[in-house]
Amino acid sequence: MSTYATMNEDELRQRVRKLIEAADPDKVDMFTFRGAQFDHGLAWVNFPVGYGGLGLNPKMQVTVADELRKNCKTVYDDLIINPIGIGMGAATVLTYGSDEMKKRLLRPCFTGEEVWCQLFSEPGAGSDVAGLATRAVRDGDDWLLNGQKVWTTLAHISKWGLLVARSNPDLPKHEGMSYFLLDMQAPGVDVRPLYQITGEAEFNEVFLQDVRIPHSRMLGKEGQGWQVALTTLMNERTALGGGSQQRGGGPINVLLQLWKNNRAKGESAAAESVMRDRLTKLYIDAELLRLTSQRARSAQRSGNPGPEGSVGKLAQAELYKKIWECGLDVMGPNSLVYEPGYELRRPASEDRRDRTLMAKYQFLRSRANSIEGGTSEVMRNILGERVLGLPGEPRTDKGIPWKDVPRGG
Amino acid sequence: MDFVFTSEHDELRQTIRKFVEDKSQEAAIRRQMSSERGYDPQVWASMAEQLGLLGLIIPEQHGGAGLGFVELGIAMEEMGRVLLCAPFFSTAVLATNALLLAANDAAQAELLPSIAAGKTIAALALNEPDRGWEVADLAMKAAADGNGWRLDGVKTFVIDGHSADVLLVVARTNEGVSLFQIRGEADGVRRELLPTLDLTRKLASITFDKARAQRIGRDGDLTKTIDKVVTLGIAALAAEQAGGAQRCLEMATEYAKTRLQFGRAIGSFQAIKHRCADMLVGAEFAKSAAYHAIFRAAENDDAELGAAAAMAKSYCSEAYFQAAADNIQVHGGMGFTWEHVAHLYFKRAKSSSLLFGDPLHHRAKLAQEIGI
Ligand SMILES: Cc1cc2nc3c(=O)[nH]c(=O)nc-3n(C[C@H](O)[C@H](O)[C@H](O)COP(=O)(O)OP(=O)(O)OC[C@H]3O[C@@H](n4cnc5c(N)ncnc54)[C@H](O)[C@@H]3O)c2cc1C
Repeated sequence: MSTYATMNEDELRQRVRKLIEAADPDKVDMFTFRGAQFDHGLAWVNFPVGYGGLGLNPKMQVTVADELRKNCKTVYDDLIINPIGIGMGAATVLTYGSDEMKKRLLRPCFTGEEVWCQLFSEPGAGSDVAGLATRAVRDGDDWLLNGQKVWTTLAHISKWGLLVARSNPDLPKHEGMSYFLLDMQAPGVDVRPLYQITGEAEFNEVFLQDVRIPHSRMLGKEGQGWQVALTTLMNERTALGGGSQQRGGGPINVLLQLWKNNRAKGESAAAESVMRDRLTKLYIDAELLRLTSQRARSAQRSGNPGPEGSVGKLAQAELYKKIWECGLDVMGPNSLVYEPGYELRRPASEDRRDRTLMAKYQFLRSRANSIEGGTSEVMRNILGERVLGLPGEPRTDKGIPWKDVPRGG
Repeated sequence: MDFVFTSEHDELRQTIRKFVEDKSQEAAIRRQMSSERGYDPQVWASMAEQLGLLGLIIPEQHGGAGLGFVELGIAMEEMGRVLLCAPFFSTAVLATNALLLAANDAAQAELLPSIAAGKTIAALALNEPDRGWEVADLAMKAAADGNGWRLDGVKTFVIDGHSADVLLVVARTNEGVSLFQIRGEADGVRRELLPTLDLTRKLASITFDKARAQRIGRDGDLTKTIDKVVTLGIAALAAEQAGGAQRCLEMATEYAKTRLQFGRAIGSFQAIKHRCADMLVGAEFAKSAAYHAIFRAAENDDAELGAAAAMAKSYCSEAYFQAAADNIQVHGGMGFTWEHVAHLYFKRAKSSSLLFGDPLHHRAKLAQEIGI
């Protein structure tokens, strides 16, 4: 993949309208519509023909979204339907999977019929995911997996799991891993909810006991797990750092609306002007996040994103935390009340359309933004070392067998 | 020196710390958090009988310890450090100060001994929906009715208002702001426990519908007096915040020493080490701000107290919030879970910051006080 096919914007828009004629999302169900979108090559336009794409420049996906928004009331959000499958799994399969895998997996991944999860983190391996300890041992045509994963978002409703395990503990950490696609319904996979700051269980602990994975479900080669994992992670960071597509859209929009509804409730003019300055600063940051990710998208060469995706990931995580914190301050004392409550539950599927509730919920949920998908500290390390080329910290965990590296629980 | 803790102060702190660390372990916090009452009556009784904490600032003639605001601040700091779930701030700080400063002798004689003995939970019903935190902006009216009074209106964010035996209600008469006493369970009082951001401090909304109350306020307009009650409350709350910030620092540091990634303790990474160091500076500044305020309160130094309390509330609110947020960050995924206590401190920090005026509000006041 080095050059893109060409198609002008009008042609692409026409193709979208053809799709709508064939399967109008306002009339047919989600799977049918998205299946047709895939078959029209409009799922991810940068993918090859036959795999849901047209081999176009990825920035042309914006045109597809725009045309769909213009013509249809029902608009699906990839990141709600199957965030891990669509945001990072598909690109990994496209890059490292066999043709059979691509044929079998990509379509139901896009339609949402099969949800995916990511089994990377472990209790002892988070930022240092390459330190992971889950063991994979070859047994005939299969691999036998034993270990524990943690923070596995959506594992409880997933069909497939992207899993990295240690296939050779005698090699240095980055060399002894392999990457698998795990059938989450396989015997020996035990998924247990983990509750979070909001009282919801979006994520899980996943225990693996003598779980069999056929060798044919390995992505990349044996020992190539880290390289494959980096593809997944860099796609994840790009997915998590895109900002909003529209000017003043997304979280900043919610915040500014809250301000309009709540301003000047008993506060002095002086306090109000300070708050306006704070909001304006946040607006600037939100705009610049949007513009920067737009610029990054159009500069993106073909293939998978590189470490520069960490710019958007870092900036968005830190900005969103500030925006939602400001939301509470804008609502003042009324933020002492948390209407959604903390009942321990699986996340409700209803979206929080009410701005007040959304802001309060997001105030809590956004604290994970600087942790999930790589912490802000790790993003800064990546930017410093991999993008700017600054010297790394002295490492004690490289070049020695993984089994000899000190590890905690 | 602006403040010096004596050896008696240090001993008191040690005694309280030992007690609250024992009584406010994580399991106990979680039990109280999810209970409606929100505190353990046995612990409350021990606080009164064993430690004499509930009457710290109540004069001896009313059955209290007759100590001052420094001791009260120490107690608040220690309770904040372990997130003790108890109606201490409402009863022993806000309501007690309201009685001491604003109530007539008869009401003091009736209520203070019973508060000191742990027999009466009292709440100060002050705030009204969308009226901000200034006493002068409150609107609720009390109407004379025979030899009593009738209250009508809504009070909100009343700390421990749902469980209090006695409500001390700030309302207006023709003379101005005054203080009224009414039983929590009296006719015409409807109490609603609010679903709070911070589950460790219960808040209620209370609707008064021609509720018969007794006027206990001293004669005249008590706006300034109630203002002072609030200012004292703010100084105490700042001490509580400083205690919370300190605990977040301790948790983060402990974790940074023991959690290994990349073959080494995460505290060996400068990103984490510097974050902890900044938390230390924040916690130390928070203590200085809080101590300054509680010592000025103890000296009854009205000229200094307003500025000191405003400075303390604005600084301690931000330092605590930052420490609580940093503590989550240092704990990574673990810090985001329900299972870990980090989120309890985070929610306490944010809601304490909003209670009685946010940092912006207090900086605006401070600016005025110091002529900026
Ligand atoms: C909401 C949520 C959803 C998640 N979903 C998934 C998922 O679906 N699948 C999955 O595999 N994982 C998932 N994760 C896990 C996430 O990737 C990890 O939490 C993250 O990588 C951090 O790892 P950790 O929690 O072990 O923290 P640690 O790595 O222990 O980090 C603790 C602290 O140390 C810092 N630190 C660590 N190393 C360094 C360093 N070298 N330099 C400076 N600072 C450092 C960190 O920044 C952090 O502040 C999720 C996490 C959250 C919060």
